[in-house]
Amino acid sequence: MIEILKAFLLGGCICIIGQILIDFTKITPARIMVIFVVSGVVLGMFGLYQPLIDWGGAGATVPLVGFGNVLAKGVMKEINEVGFLGIFTGGVKAAAAGITAAITFGYIMAIISKPKIKS
Amino acid sequence: MKKQISKHEYQRLVDEKAPGSHYVKNLFAAFITGGAICSVGQIVMLVFKNFGADKETTASATSIIMIFIGAFLTGINIYDEIGKFGGAGASVPITGFSNSIVSPAMEFKKEGHVMGVGAKMFLIAGPVLVYGIFASVVAGLVYFIWKQVM
Repeated sequence: MIEILKAFLLGGCICIIGQILIDFTKITPARIMVIFVVSGVVLGMFGLYQPLIDWGGAGATVPLVGFGNVLAKGVMKEINEVGFLGIFTGGVKAAAAGITAAITFGYIMAIISKPKIKS
Repeated sequence: MKKQISKHEYQRLVDEKAPGSHYVKNLFAAFITGGAICSVGQIVMLVFKNFGADKETTASATSIIMIFIGAFLTGINIYDEIGKFGGAGASVPITGFSNSIVSPAMEFKKEGHVMGVGAKMFLIAGPVLVYGIFASVVAGLVYFIWKQVM
């Protein structure tokens, strides 16, 4: 139960940062998403994101920063295992599940559903 | 009509910047929405853990399920409502990433399966992947060089 509460608090706080950027700067949500993923890569590279995951679980992994962290961790792991080629394979390899799921479910849902017409 | 929805979709938060908007309310809504979505993620993770899945399987499976939930709720036109309330609380989690794929794909279906659905799916997800993956290559390069030097 405490894990869910921690996830709630951490996830909520990360989203507040996004909301502050939206409300107080001219940054659009799409740019926020890009900024968050890239920040995740940078934080992940220096191992700064892992403590947040250890504390808040899904509160850290579900936000897009967590996706960036997965990319960074993946690329470093792959470099350790296969060397130079890992620079090109590691990131997407680690994020494969998310990317493929997003494309697959995204495509299926887009095909079968109808956009709401605003009255 | 379609265009209006499209604008609404991705600029609703910008519109909320209009005079008289309530920053505190927005921050609170983002906190509650983002927190709630992450809590769902945590519950999914705990379920997988209870079934004895290892760390990596749990992480991948949780993203897959969260992405499915985001795509599904977008398809039945519920995620838009969550987004209207929650702002960044809805777009920052990975469910928002899948929302950003389904939403334009649905809208541009009329332009065909290739240049409509196929291309417009990546209207926002594309940039996210481009900069995310490019950043990972740069990070990898830096890490590789650092490893050689050390």
